[in-house]
Amino acid sequence: MSLEDVFRTCAAQRRAALIGYLPAGFPTMPESVELLEAMVRGDGDTPGCDIVEVGLPYSDPVMDGPTIQAASGQALRNGFRVRQLFDAVSAVAAAGAAPVVMSYWNPIHRYGPDAFAGDLRAAGGLGLITPDLIPEEAGEWTAASNRHGLDRIFLVAPSSSERRLALTAEAGSGFLYAASVMGVTGARDSVSGSARDLVRRTREHTSLPIGVGLGVRDAEHAAEVGRFADGVIVGSAFITRAEREGATGAGAFAGELARGLRAEPASTAER
Amino acid sequence: MTVRDPDEANGVGGAHATSGGHDPDEGGHFGPYGGRFMPEALISAQDELAEEYDKARNDPEFVAELDRLLRDYAGRPSPLTEAERFGAHAGGARVLLKREDLNHTGSHKINNVLGQALLVKRMGKRRVIAETGAGQHGVATATACALLDLDCVIYMGATDTERQALNVARMRLLGAEVRPVNTGSATLKDAINEALRDWVTNVADTHYLLGTAAGAHPFPLMVRNLHKVIGQEAREQVLRSTGELPDAVLACVGGGSNAIGVFHGFVDDPGVRLIGMEAGGHGLDSGEHGAALTSGTPGTLHGARSYLLQDEDGQIAEAYSISAGLDYPGVGPEHAWLADSGRAEYRAVTDEEAMEAFKLLSRTEGIIPAIESAHALAGALRLGRELGPDAVLLVNLSGRGDKDMDTAAHYFGLVPEAGITGEDQQ
Ligand SMILES: Cc1ncc(COP(=O)(O)O)c(C=O)c1O
Repeated sequence: MSLEDVFRTCAAQRRAALIGYLPAGFPTMPESVELLEAMVRGDGDTPGCDIVEVGLPYSDPVMDGPTIQAASGQALRNGFRVRQLFDAVSAVAAAGAAPVVMSYWNPIHRYGPDAFAGDLRAAGGLGLITPDLIPEEAGEWTAASNRHGLDRIFLVAPSSSERRLALTAEAGSGFLYAASVMGVTGARDSVSGSARDLVRRTREHTSLPIGVGLGVRDAEHAAEVGRFADGVIVGSAFITRAEREGATGAGAFAGELARGLRAEPASTAER
Repeated sequence: MTVRDPDEANGVGGAHATSGGHDPDEGGHFGPYGGRFMPEALISAQDELAEEYDKARNDPEFVAELDRLLRDYAGRPSPLTEAERFGAHAGGARVLLKREDLNHTGSHKINNVLGQALLVKRMGKRRVIAETGAGQHGVATATACALLDLDCVIYMGATDTERQALNVARMRLLGAEVRPVNTGSATLKDAINEALRDWVTNVADTHYLLGTAAGAHPFPLMVRNLHKVIGQEAREQVLRSTGELPDAVLACVGGGSNAIGVFHGFVDDPGVRLIGMEAGGHGLDSGEHGAALTSGTPGTLHGARSYLLQDEDGQIAEAYSISAGLDYPGVGPEHAWLADSGRAEYRAVTDEEAMEAFKLLSRTEGIIPAIESAHALAGALRLGRELGPDAVLLVNLSGRGDKDMDTAAHYFGLVPEAGITGEDQQ
């Protein structure tokens, strides 16, 4: 299965893909595996995430707000090591969802981009989201990801110029990650108008699926975003729910979000 | 080595005007270092900044306005002082001090801050954010914002707001808002992280006034050029007072701004050794230091590839130094390039050596240096003893020690309630 297949399947069901994020090792390695499995499983009523972004906890997460910062910090304090990432990735694949990794560049640079790509692929990973790696700096990663057949998921932002949207779309594969607002990760009270606008602008440059992240808080938000995006990315809200209610809560939340995306068939005009 | 554009050597304005032979490529790469390892959301702002800076440095009006501020407000040119009694302890070498400590706000930081603040005005932005460790860059930024009527927010690690309470008061007096940062290790690197988070959220009306020659392009280039005035003045002053070029130029290296500024006056003089002194803290073997070049490995931090302190997994390590200004796990990318190419050398100085030099300069010359600058002085003591009395050593005295009196009082047991001695601290 490829990321493209996942988006194609979802589109055939006239809905956006649900993309969940959780840092590996949060709060501990075994618990993170349980949480990830629950996020894929859903709540028994509705299956959960189609794609899971496994986060690599990092000491200096400049793109992240307080929730993910705290979760990553907790994973690190509990002894998370980079090589354990691949166990989390395998668990997602085994549970039946498409795993990708989201990581800042330094740990991958340190691990060795080629070795990282090889190990990620071997664990069943399909791609890598790189919040602080733009295409111009991605030469090494492009070579490694090509060699190992991984997708390169770059970010676009409301501030991206048309030239940069084109360049980023050209360099990426799998899907494009559209940051819905100018800012860091974290649940927000409303879906920003800039998200819709960014998706519209990005579509003019690419036929890649577009996932929208940053700020999606609940099923209602997810449904709203799902009407104009191909994927809805939920991170901080999963962490908050998992902290409060553990794996059962994470599974229940995945089910709620997934139902939100299935509630009204997306209007093909908008998507 | 590349030949320098002849236009570049002329006067203060020349420091800004040309691209010269030592500039990075268009993407900000110095060899394999530098670049822009940044969120896409900030790239358009970096592009705008690079473009505006390029226009500004070629605009005679901008250059004249900056030169005027440097002269009438900051007090440039800073003098060169020969330190004879201090030199006697450095194997009898001639030691010449470039007196950045005499600038307004007490350090070299004002050169960079005035340049960037003028650029903010030019870009039509109203709000400035900055990070600070010891508070020197924060104070300099708050100063420029007061002068140029800009809103100013300073991020400072909570550990440092406690260590440097007086500088917090200074910044507030100057009208800045100081925001303590409690995340991560609550020191300088976390203050930078928090400033970057603010920037990505408010980039439309906000400039991030980075305080050192690090970060994503164009910061390393721009900050270096704004500090080149140090080296250009010093080169002329040394020639005038000794009739020859120095054997070596020494400077302390935190992020690397004062060092790159003074080095650039001499980088095309192959006979002049360029030596950067890093924070050796409790010794390189102790693991408690800030010596990214001497004992770090390549990686990316705060937007650039350079040397840094990190563990096996690429998690950034906490730095340590008695001097808050050198307490940083990274270093500017041009230094990484100069180190690899062999044009500059880098060494580490321990807390103890730095504090000895701190006291020695105070006692022999009546100049209390910043503890950061004392690292460069300690390097001169060592090198002078190696080279002997014929050597001419230029030391960049990047700042004055007023801000460090609390640390020094505790270290040397100079006030009754601070009965801790240097030995106790080791
Ligand atoms: C007096 C002084 N010197 C040196 C430094 C280190 O910075 P850099 O390496 O950028 O010159 C600082 C930083 O706060 C400082 O205050």
